Amino acid sequence: MLNKIYDWVDERLDITPLWRDIADHEVPEHVNPAHHFSAFVYCFGGLTFFVTVIQILSGMFLTMYYVPDIKNAWESVYYLQNEVAFGMIVRGMHHWGASLVIVMIFLHTLRVFFQGAYKKPRELNWVVGVLIFFVMLGLGFTGYLLPWDMKALFATKVGIQIAASTPFIGEQVKILLAGHPDIVGAQTLTRFFAIHVFFLPAALLGLMAAHFIMIRRQGISGPL
Amino acid sequence: MHRGKGMKFVGDSRIPAVRKPNVPKDYSEYPGKTEAFWPNFLLKEWMVGAVFLVGYLCLTVAHPSPLERVADPTDTGYIPLPDWYFLFLYQLLKYTYASGPYNVIGAFVIPGLAFGGLLLAPFIDRGPERRPIKRPFATGFMLLALAATIFLTWESVIHHDWEAAEAQGKIVEEADFDKNDEGYKIFADQKNGCINCHGENLTGGAAAPSLVGTGLKPEEIKKIAHEGKGAMPPNMFKGTDEELDKMAEFISNLK
Repeated sequence: MLNKIYDWVDERLDITPLWRDIADHEVPEHVNPAHHFSAFVYCFGGLTFFVTVIQILSGMFLTMYYVPDIKNAWESVYYLQNEVAFGMIVRGMHHWGASLVIVMIFLHTLRVFFQGAYKKPRELNWVVGVLIFFVMLGLGFTGYLLPWDMKALFATKVGIQIAASTPFIGEQVKILLAGHPDIVGAQTLTRFFAIHVFFLPAALLGLMAAHFIMIRRQGISGPL
Repeated sequence: MHRGKGMKFVGDSRIPAVRKPNVPKDYSEYPGKTEAFWPNFLLKEWMVGAVFLVGYLCLTVAHPSPLERVADPTDTGYIPLPDWYFLFLYQLLKYTYASGPYNVIGAFVIPGLAFGGLLLAPFIDRGPERRPIKRPFATGFMLLALAATIFLTWESVIHHDWEAAEAQGKIVEEADFDKNDEGYKIFADQKNGCINCHGENLTGGAAAPSLVGTGLKPEEIKKIAHEGKGAMPPNMFKGTDEELDKMAEFISNLK
C-alpha cells in the first residue's frame, strides 16, 4: 500500500532523487563514532540543528501566551512562568536552548576550522555557516528584550547605544532598531519581537537550507 | 552522473528523458566501513540526541529561567549585563583604548576584524593543507582569538557583582498599606529622607533594600534608624522619638 502511494507520487514528481539525497546514502567510517570514538566531534553540527528545532517548537508555544506590548509583556511572561501548566519547562527550554545552541554552533565551528574542512570546494558552505552564527547571535540579542524585565530593558539600551556608535549610519541604525531617536519603549519591543520571530528565523531557515543542500551536494570532507 | 547543461527532458517538463538507475554514490575514496544513513546511522544519531535531551531537560528543571522585576526606565541605578555569550564584546569596551574616544576601535574595528576573518577564513587560508599543525598561521590566530574570548569573558564575570545584580533585579512584593497612615507620613517626610532611598512604596531601589516584610520588630527598626546598617549611615532619622515609634510600628507591620 505505502509502496503503491510512493510509486504513484514518484511517477508524477520524481521524488526518488530527493529521497536519496535526504536519506539513502552511506556514512563513511571516519565520521562514525561507532568506529572511532573521537568522531563524536562530528555530532556538534547535528546537535546544533537539534537544539534549533527545539528552539523553533518551544518558541511557537511561547507565542501562544506572550503579548509583545510594554503593558502586558512582563505580565504575560510572569503568568506563563508561574501559572501555565509546563510553562516553566517550555520557557526554560527556550532560555537554556538559546545558550546551548551558541555552545554547539561554537564547537561545530571549531571542529570545521581545525580540520580545515572549509577548504576548496567547501568555501561557500563555510561562509553560509558563519552567517548562521551571526543570525543566532542576533536572535539571542533580540530575544533578551522580550520578557521586558529590568535586565532586558537596560541591556538593550546598552546594545542600542553601541549600535548607535556605528560610524556614518549610527543614528539610522539606532532608529531602525529602537523605532525612536531617544526612547527604548513600546516601538522597540514590537520591532524586536518582529525581528526575533519573523525576520531572523526566515533568514535562518533559508541559510540552513543552503547549508544542508551544499552538504549533500559536496558530501562530507574526507579524513585528515 | 550527468548534470547541468545538455540534459534532455520529456517535453517541457523537468522529467529527464533518460532515467538514471539508482546507484548509490561511490564512497571508495574513503577507507574503511561505510554505514547506511537510513536507518542505521540515523538511529545512532537519535540515541545521541536522546542523551543530550535528558541533560538539557535536567538543566531546565534544575535551573528555572530567570525573570527580574518589570522594566522600570526611571531606575537609573540599574547596572545591566548582557547574556553570557556577549560578555567578551562588552568587556572589550571597558579598556582605555577601546572606549570613550576610541569607542570605534572597541565596538567595530576589533570585532570586525575578528568576525570578518572568521567569515573569510577559506579565502585567507588558501593552501591545500588541512592538518592544524601544517597551517601554523590559521591555527595560531584561531587559538589566539579563542584565548582572547575566554579571557575577556572571564574578566567580565569576575568583575561583576553578582549579588548586587541579583538584588537589583529581584521581583519585590508590593505592600498593601494606607498612604494616610501617620507612620507613612513620617516615612515620606523629606526631613528624614527615608523615602529617597527606600522608595515611595517602601520597596527599595538600587541604593537601599525593601522595607516590606522585613520581619523586624519595632525596636530593631529603631536601632537601624539610629545606628545605620550596611550602606546606611547612622542618625538618618531626624524626627522625635515619638515619631520614630510610630514609623517603626508602621514598617514592622508591613507584609
